Amino acid sequence: MITTNYIKNEYIRRMPSAFCPGCGDGQILNAIARAIDHLKIPRNEIAAVSGIGCSAWIPSPYLRVDSLHTTHGRPIAFATGLKVANPKLKVIVVSGDGDCTGIGGNHLLHAARSNVDITVIMVNNGVYAMTGGQVAPTTEHEYKTVTTPYGNPAFALNVSEVVAAAGASYVARWTTWHMNQLIRSIEKALTKKGFAFIEVLSQCPTYEGRILNMDHIEMLHWFRDKFKTDEKGVFRVGEFVDIEKPELTDELQKIIEKVKQ
Amino acid sequence: MKAAEIKIDKNLCKGCAICIDVCPKNTLERSDEVNEYALFYPRVRDLDSCIVCRLCELYCPDFAIEVVQK
Amino acid sequence: MIDPGEYFLEGDLAAAYGAIKAGCRFFAGYPITPASEITQAMAELLPRVGGKFLQMEDELASISAIIGASWAGLKSMTATSGPGFSLMQENIGYAAMTETPVVVINVQRAGPSIGQATRAAQGDVMQSRFGSHGDYENIVLSPNSVQEMFYFTVKAFNLSERYRGPVILLSDAEVGHMMERLKIPETVEIVNRKIAKTFEEATKYGDDLVPPMGRFGDGLELMVTGSTHRPDGTRDTGSPDVQSSLVTRLVEKINKNRMYIEEWEEMLTEDAEILIIAYGATSRPAKGAVIKAREKGIKAGFLRPKVLWPAPERRMKELAHVKKVILPEMSLRGYSMEIEKMFPGKFIHYPKVTGTVHTVSEIFKKIEEVNS
Repeated sequence: MITTNYIKNEYIRRMPSAFCPGCGDGQILNAIARAIDHLKIPRNEIAAVSGIGCSAWIPSPYLRVDSLHTTHGRPIAFATGLKVANPKLKVIVVSGDGDCTGIGGNHLLHAARSNVDITVIMVNNGVYAMTGGQVAPTTEHEYKTVTTPYGNPAFALNVSEVVAAAGASYVARWTTWHMNQLIRSIEKALTKKGFAFIEVLSQCPTYEGRILNMDHIEMLHWFRDKFKTDEKGVFRVGEFVDIEKPELTDELQKIIEKVKQ
Repeated sequence: MKAAEIKIDKNLCKGCAICIDVCPKNTLERSDEVNEYALFYPRVRDLDSCIVCRLCELYCPDFAIEVVQK
Repeated sequence: MIDPGEYFLEGDLAAAYGAIKAGCRFFAGYPITPASEITQAMAELLPRVGGKFLQMEDELASISAIIGASWAGLKSMTATSGPGFSLMQENIGYAAMTETPVVVINVQRAGPSIGQATRAAQGDVMQSRFGSHGDYENIVLSPNSVQEMFYFTVKAFNLSERYRGPVILLSDAEVGHMMERLKIPETVEIVNRKIAKTFEEATKYGDDLVPPMGRFGDGLELMVTGSTHRPDGTRDTGSPDVQSSLVTRLVEKINKNRMYIEEWEEMLTEDAEILIIAYGATSRPAKGAVIKAREKGIKAGFLRPKVLWPAPERRMKELAHVKKVILPEMSLRGYSMEIEKMFPGKFIHYPKVTGTVHTVSEIFKKIEEVNS
């Protein structure tokens, strides 16, 4: 029986966490641990890589696996090196929206393009939360953040569409309300070969809450009521891409088999 | 299914009340006691109403609540 | 796979051969003049020995990927020049902070900025030691021939494995692109990192201040982070003791062991009155100038640091009695602060920033001038 204490004792370290009360990061940690448990993946076969931001703490230190906490924006590049060096590892990258699409945007694009077999879980709260609520590439137009006090002059990136266009094998988008769907997507991403990208809209009561003028319960209700699989545009959730295509570590192995002396 | 007990870890709970909100049977409510972080943790309003769906466990961000089945 | 024997090839290629011979099995890089040949050679050689090569989207991705691969247990390397070396600084600091063995080759070109892509310079000497923010120590090697491009790359791997950190092979466009004879021996000395078999092992170190290194996939549940951390990897940025002991150890790790790391070449120093210190491409004409000076009866001596950082300070202190020290180099700053520190009041800087190497007669004329 999958209960709280079973998951906590098997997969979690150092509770209570540093996350704010009501933050979605703890829920995503729970989802990742449950997905790993459902698949019965031996813990020594998993490596977690994270960048900089609140979401980086999800695996480092809270998930009991080998974890690599890297510099801002680079976890996908570190993860590519780790995976290519040891293809037996299941590599999970947990990265915030700023870390992943701002400073790390280039690496996201190219990892999707080369279809390297890693799973990227992008925790999207529409803001740079760790540093105090600055505007992010995923902040909607006209939203007031601490660096757009008169309203955001720019526009939000539709990350899932960009990653799908770049060549990912699996792209899904959920929210922290859609816990079961999220767990199932993580399971699929870990089992599937190729670049898997899961965007999770997650409530940040401390900064996103201030921008939207909602508390975390209201944000969860907003996720529940507004974000649906048959919606269009920014409110759409679901699995967007689920295909089979050649993958980078396989292709590298083919080359080695052909030329190795 | 019935619950024998609903355990709430006062040291881990941050009083976010997501469990109270997500419970389909209104089994939980906010207590008027605080833990050492000065946060109001939940308490069982009506143990008999619990159907052991474990949605509270699924949604808790802090691994602080567990339902013990009868 | 790299058969022993004699070859005639360019410095960049010799470095790639050295890497393969040293056991490098992962390379991630990005094209940049004058280091692209190293990247191209690794692309051809690595798969043939079962290694993995990736051309990444930029230098930031390259240095990141090789650190990731090192934690999977592979000896990994990248190669670049000034503009790329600048981009890599953040993660070179990350490799130092997390004690990750990696080799970074910087084939220096004239800067600043885009500069002269195809011309040599020695302007990155300070950057190779202090390029990243905060306190840490790098080991920096300076080859002056094709043979040394091979041997010093092997040495760079050995030092990075032994002391668990980034080692910079600081070459330049002249040495990287010159073609000379390379002799590859049957075997070379290889040093491998001490692998920690348990989580506990990875948290302890002996007198050498180097803990054994865990490997991802062995089930140790390692915590690696660039944040200030306790010996077990737990992030702890609030404790004064944790920061102090960590940073002190990272610096002491190299300083305390410097007698095993420092390496230099010297000639005619026993009775030298004018000491010529030179490294890299400049050391070749400098040596010739010293021989010429001796022929003219000038008591010149020659000192060539093979390891630039840590500098051969103990030896330089022993030579403090010389009357004058001349440092010819292709930079207005380069190694000058270090040499001036070691020989106060006697130091003469002889920079040349044309993008071309000093000639023997140029350095000889300088020696004559100083001697008079």
